[in-house]
Amino acid sequence: MQEFKVVKTRPEPEKKVGKHIITVKVQHNFGVLARITGLFAGRGYNIESLTVGRTHEPNIARITIVVDGEERVVEQIIKQLRKLIETLKVRDITELPHIERELALIKIHTENDRARDEIMRLVNIFRGKVVDVSQDSYTVEITGDDEKIEAFIDLIKPFGVKEMARTGTLAMVRESAVAKEGVLD
Amino acid sequence: MQTQKKRGADIVVDVLVAEGVDTIFGLPGGAIMEVYDALFDAPFRNVLTRHEQAACHMADGYARATGKVGVVIATSGPGATNLVTGLATAYMDSIPLVAITGQVPRHYIGTDAFQEADVIGITRPITKHNFLVTDIKDLPLILRQAFYIARTGRPGPVLVDIPKDITQQVSEFRIPTDDELRESLPGYNPHTEGNPVQIKKAADLIRKATKPVIYVGGGVILSEAAEEVYKLTKLTNIPVTTTNMGKGSFPETDPLSLHMLGMHGTYYANMAVYNCDLLIAIGARFDDRVTGKITEFAPEAKIIHIDIDPASISKTITVDVPIVGDVKTVLRKLIKELENKPIEWLQARENWLRQIQEWREKHPLSYRKSDKIIKPQAVIEEIYNITSGDAIISAGVGQHQMWAAMFYKYSYPRQFLNSGGLGTMGFGFPAAVGAKMGRPDKTVFAIEGDGSFIMNIQDLATAVQYRVPVKIAIINNGFLGMVRQWQQFFYDSRYASVCISVQPDFVKLAEAFGAIGLRATKPSEVREVLQKAMEINDRPVLIDFVVDREENVLPMVPAGKSYREMIVSPKQKSEAETMYLVG
Ligand SMILES: Cc1ncc(C[n+]2csc(CCOP(=O)(O)OP(=O)(O)O)c2C)c(N)n1
Ligand SMILES: [Mg+2]
Repeated sequence: MQEFKVVKTRPEPEKKVGKHIITVKVQHNFGVLARITGLFAGRGYNIESLTVGRTHEPNIARITIVVDGEERVVEQIIKQLRKLIETLKVRDITELPHIERELALIKIHTENDRARDEIMRLVNIFRGKVVDVSQDSYTVEITGDDEKIEAFIDLIKPFGVKEMARTGTLAMVRESAVAKEGVLD
Repeated sequence: MQTQKKRGADIVVDVLVAEGVDTIFGLPGGAIMEVYDALFDAPFRNVLTRHEQAACHMADGYARATGKVGVVIATSGPGATNLVTGLATAYMDSIPLVAITGQVPRHYIGTDAFQEADVIGITRPITKHNFLVTDIKDLPLILRQAFYIARTGRPGPVLVDIPKDITQQVSEFRIPTDDELRESLPGYNPHTEGNPVQIKKAADLIRKATKPVIYVGGGVILSEAAEEVYKLTKLTNIPVTTTNMGKGSFPETDPLSLHMLGMHGTYYANMAVYNCDLLIAIGARFDDRVTGKITEFAPEAKIIHIDIDPASISKTITVDVPIVGDVKTVLRKLIKELENKPIEWLQARENWLRQIQEWREKHPLSYRKSDKIIKPQAVIEEIYNITSGDAIISAGVGQHQMWAAMFYKYSYPRQFLNSGGLGTMGFGFPAAVGAKMGRPDKTVFAIEGDGSFIMNIQDLATAVQYRVPVKIAIINNGFLGMVRQWQQFFYDSRYASVCISVQPDFVKLAEAFGAIGLRATKPSEVREVLQKAMEINDRPVLIDFVVDREENVLPMVPAGKSYREMIVSPKQKSEAETMYLVG
């Protein structure tokens, strides 16, 4: 087949991979969370973190999802989220000025007074709080973005982490910056 | 409208009436009995099937043939799980369905009660949306939402799961208004209009293209836009290829028709797509059975993509001009835009059409004819002739489906029904029954495989009971033929688990069900049995066509391969023309 002698291929855009923060406003109906997590599982998307909570509006919940992936996949995720009947608004706020917060509770082993002192010092530097004390442990509450929490965990690891719980990332666009830069939805 | 006091089950019937439902399909059981009690007096046709899967395919076939929302009803647990394949089939092909399932009473939910299944959980990924009714006050609105969601935007199946105690409960009720309906779905606003800037861009590309092709999918049928597609092609003189789902949206007898593209597309359609400089995709979704190897699909073309579903756009292939909107609405605007400034007739386009003509002549759709053994393709051609090309054809899945797609020339929308997306064996016959019930004015043929047909054979009883005069043509090759073909091509002819020549005598079986059974084993008998079949109009008639067992579907682009690797004609070593007898 002479028409096929030369192999031609479609120029495809280069693959960009990165972390994305997606906020989703949903009707807080029965089963809506299962719909969202089911979408991720069923289509093979990986979630780094997902948080849900009520908002000031009745029957409306807000979900923050962090995903790490290829641009095209993330775009598909957003479109699929928008397709759900109960989603009201879906935004990728990664590129917008935004506030990111996560809360972690970490139970740290306290070997001796020196360890206690050192941990207290780190907690203060990171503006955390000791919320429970036992014979051989401190339970620390710390908030911040993912990077700050990871940094703190790295520093206290040598003391021995007994238990840890994290909320996952919450995020919100900075209205001040948006107003200034005239960024629209 | 005034409020009245009604039982939940009666509310269900009232909303169905308000939605204009004239036929429903289903099978009762404990959790849905109250609704069946109400259906006893309903002013519409209630078809009792023999299997819920068949009921779902019937509702689907009814919807595909008429454009109306199909309705299927089943009990909890096994009744509902039997709908799963039917729902997934409708979901993949964007067919509007409403499924109503009974659920165990609310206070039993979560206790592993008798016939309890998490139907909402099971059907979530295979429905456009689903609802569990938890309060009788919500019931009328939810049912209306179900119909609205099913038929608008990109259509699809919607399931409503109703606990038995709610169907028994009595409550104040009135039918929600259209405004209340829309307000109740604040997150659901399908874009229909199409961005005017994008439409302009598309028109510019169309004016400039020298080697354009239109690629049409099922969206054109769903959006009732065949007329607009026709106008566009006549205005621009651009050839049209359709997907399996798009068949009928452009007359295949028209000189501009390239017929189907993709895995079993025609040589000329695939060549045109491979070499085009502009591909206008309309209501199609670049399915892997169409594109083959993505990186080599229409490698040099700019692509315009019109679709109502934003998630279909640039999903597998990056397009240049995406237009999100209802196909019909967008095409009307695009045509107007093109009419504003006349299209210059370029010499290059003449050359393109001439080139396509050469491809057409080089490898037309063909097969090796025989006067000793019935060729499956010949059966389809005879069905085409005897029905003057006007019948509705519903197919199973396999080789016979592809031959039905290739050798019957479709000329109007909703004429070819098949499970394009999910590829569900067992779909063809029940879908034909649903189609015939929706379109009694048309001759309806189920073109079935011996493997596919037996998957829902039990519902011959339904077709006999309701005197549905569908014609069933079994392309009987004693094989799960399509799998056998792949084994022959790609697995060194190791025919693992594909021989199904141990099978019932389909003629006797038809008679046992109270239908008519006929058989043809020689080419000379084909026309004759078809003529007989055409004369029967009070019950289903089945024709067992005993065909060449090892015929292959060609051309073929192997899965995931480039169009460059298309297998065009049968291998030289002659495919044995041996007659295998059934039994
Ligand atoms: C429910 C289901 N099971 C399995 C398959 C895989 N499959 C695709 S085609 C085919 C063979 C179909 O045989 P038949 O209906 O006799 O059609 P033929 O290819 O012989 O014309 C099979 C098993 C399928 N598509 N659907
Ligand atoms: Mg077969």
